[in-house]
Amino acid sequence: MDAILVQFLNGLDKGGAYALIALGLTLVFGTLGVVNFAHGALFMLGSFCAVAFRKLLLLERIELSETELSPWGTALEIRTPYVNEIFGAYGDVLIDWSVPISILVAIPIMLLIGIAMERGLIKHFYKRPHAEQILVTFGLAIVLGEIIKTIFGANPIPQPMPEVLRGTADIGVLFGMAENAVTYPWWRMIYFLFSLSLIGAVFAFLRFTTFGMVVRAGMADREMVGLLGVDIDRRFTIVFGIAAVVAGLAGVMYTPILPPVNTLGMDFLVLSFVVVVVGGMGSLPGAVAAGFLLGILQSFASLPEVKAIIPGIDQVIIYLVAVVILLVRPRGLLGKSGVMEN
Amino acid sequence: MSDQKKGVSRRKVIKTGAAGIIGAGVAPMVFTRGAWAQEFRNNPTGSEVTFGLNVPQTGAYADEGADELRAYELAVKHINGEGDGGMLNTMQPLSLQGNGINGKKLAYVTGDTQTKSDAARDSARRMIERDGAIMITGGSSSGVAVAVQSLCQEMGIIFMAGLTHSNDTTGKDKRRYGFRHFFNTHMSGAALAPVLSAEYGNERKAYHLTADYNWGWSQEGSLIDSTEALGWETTAAVRTPLGAGDFSQYITPVLNSGADVLILNHYGRDMVNSLTQAVQFGLRDRQQNGKNFEIVVPLFSRLMAQGAGENIKGILGSTNWNWSLQDAGSQAFVKSFGAEYGFPPSQAAHTCYVQALLYADACQRAGTFYPPEVIRALEGFKFDGMGNGPTEYRAEDHQCFKDVLVVRGNQNPTSEFDLLEVIQEVPRAQVEYDAAIFGGELGPYEVS
Repeated sequence: MDAILVQFLNGLDKGGAYALIALGLTLVFGTLGVVNFAHGALFMLGSFCAVAFRKLLLLERIELSETELSPWGTALEIRTPYVNEIFGAYGDVLIDWSVPISILVAIPIMLLIGIAMERGLIKHFYKRPHAEQILVTFGLAIVLGEIIKTIFGANPIPQPMPEVLRGTADIGVLFGMAENAVTYPWWRMIYFLFSLSLIGAVFAFLRFTTFGMVVRAGMADREMVGLLGVDIDRRFTIVFGIAAVVAGLAGVMYTPILPPVNTLGMDFLVLSFVVVVVGGMGSLPGAVAAGFLLGILQSFASLPEVKAIIPGIDQVIIYLVAVVILLVRPRGLLGKSGVMEN
Repeated sequence: MSDQKKGVSRRKVIKTGAAGIIGAGVAPMVFTRGAWAQEFRNNPTGSEVTFGLNVPQTGAYADEGADELRAYELAVKHINGEGDGGMLNTMQPLSLQGNGINGKKLAYVTGDTQTKSDAARDSARRMIERDGAIMITGGSSSGVAVAVQSLCQEMGIIFMAGLTHSNDTTGKDKRRYGFRHFFNTHMSGAALAPVLSAEYGNERKAYHLTADYNWGWSQEGSLIDSTEALGWETTAAVRTPLGAGDFSQYITPVLNSGADVLILNHYGRDMVNSLTQAVQFGLRDRQQNGKNFEIVVPLFSRLMAQGAGENIKGILGSTNWNWSLQDAGSQAFVKSFGAEYGFPPSQAAHTCYVQALLYADACQRAGTFYPPEVIRALEGFKFDGMGNGPTEYRAEDHQCFKDVLVVRGNQNPTSEFDLLEVIQEVPRAQVEYDAAIFGGELGPYEVS
């Protein structure tokens, strides 16, 4: 029972990340009809917003010691962080909470990146075949990854979570189990709650605002909305920016779990695409449901007991489930007719 | 009247002829070794000789590759008599004279292995066929090392391996033309076991998470052998896909497995991610079977340790070399490297620098670049002053034997580079083994 509970929790927090990335991916597909293979790169760029912010906080004034030498015989560098000089002891608090604070930094940056990406490149491929869209966005993802590598290097860069949020919660006690029978990291639970909140915010935005109503109308019939005098292209550009923000924030909050590296986007891209396909192309609830479903299945498939019966199942379970679901429901779990069927 | 005949006698002709033949034909071979000038691939005929530096310049190990390249560039400088000389001031015995190799200036070309066997073989082949490289060196993967080593054997070019830790490189896949200075997983296990016993006792249950490829299997096998010999029980050995990213689904089963030690047979990003996540799941705060739960990382790298941040504190592992070593050779190298680049070298940089010097010195000793002679000069070569104490290139498998470092993640680092604390320099005798246990055949000296 304890093993099942802990794998279930693990599936939920993995599913949260999949759902967040897939949500943006399917949102872009549903509005613009673009299969954006650079969406994983947006997740990666978000994580590097956190890295850049922390590096900014850790900028130091370097003075060369006149008396001490480094182990290799050059003058020893004495480093003093500017943030401590400016904010005193509060500087340490800022550094400690750099990841959550980076959310505020990442929102405008990711919005701008998203809009620039759509206006600068992707809009030129709206009427091109999906294969060409995939090629150009995949190429863009590679270029973005290489740019990040040039700036930040190829090694993972650790991003610690705030001190107070480290450690684990005793979840088992809530279910009447013995003490420490099932523990789970606080940060991962926060990530799960964060992903639920972000998904809820996106749904509420699309459901309860005029902007969202127009976007949904545009998703249903772009031409008709255009004929009614609405500049749907501009709104869709903003939707692309919002999708970039969602992926970016997912990346920011994921940094304490997975130290950011330039290939982070590619690691999640294929998986997220499978999530979108399983959920149903263009279906927002489908992407969320499929994200959590596949996260949980992947988690259970990694149990040694399961792997002992079917070796390697942990590496193929997602694709196996995708095949089965597409055989039974070719449009995916919550896919609608007419999407990508012509 | 004399019987003596004037003119040239038959005996004199034979004598003079024989002396002439000896003088003109054989003597140069005797007095100038290597002067037979065999035709061999990329025999340097001009004033320069070229090394082929095959390192990962892109991909997961690009940062490690960049450090290898820095070390090679420094080695080339030192061999050519530039800079402060680095380990040339400490290496014993030494034939190099600081004027290149055999009177030829050393140059280099570079290739990108991408940490992919095919790409590494392609770039090695290009450097051999197009650039005329006399020797190929570098790399950060056992898969790549085995693949390139095999190519070099076929092409008759010596390969001085970079960072490769699998037993196979000098075991079942060893080659006459391949040499490894770096240690291997068997030596890691042999060095770590007594320390693990002293630190954690002999009644432990170990859970292995293993990268599912050649090096991971080798590391897992060696650690299981050495820990079970201590009396430890192996609870499970779970294979994880290379580059899994999120290892949480593999770590959560550890919580309920009854194990009290987690051994992470991961390297590079996999190590960074699995260690970070294992610590986040509170494994190090747990009590299991009445003992503190422990995590072991058998192969540490300072470059990778930087990625794991403070999660590495207190974790035990092994490493080939660390810049904090105080022997004269290590200090000379650190000083040289630090002055050139502003930070200390990694273990990958060290092994590559040493390999370049060893090959160059062997050519100088042999008086030729002819591979069979250089191989013979390296086989069984005993040297000192290059870190890790007295070292030998064992002739039977081309594996270097030297002291191995057992390290612990530094609890109180004084700088971003001061991440590993050397807790024991395990003597070479403790990690030596019979070359026959891993099988394999070196192959011929002469290749067509």
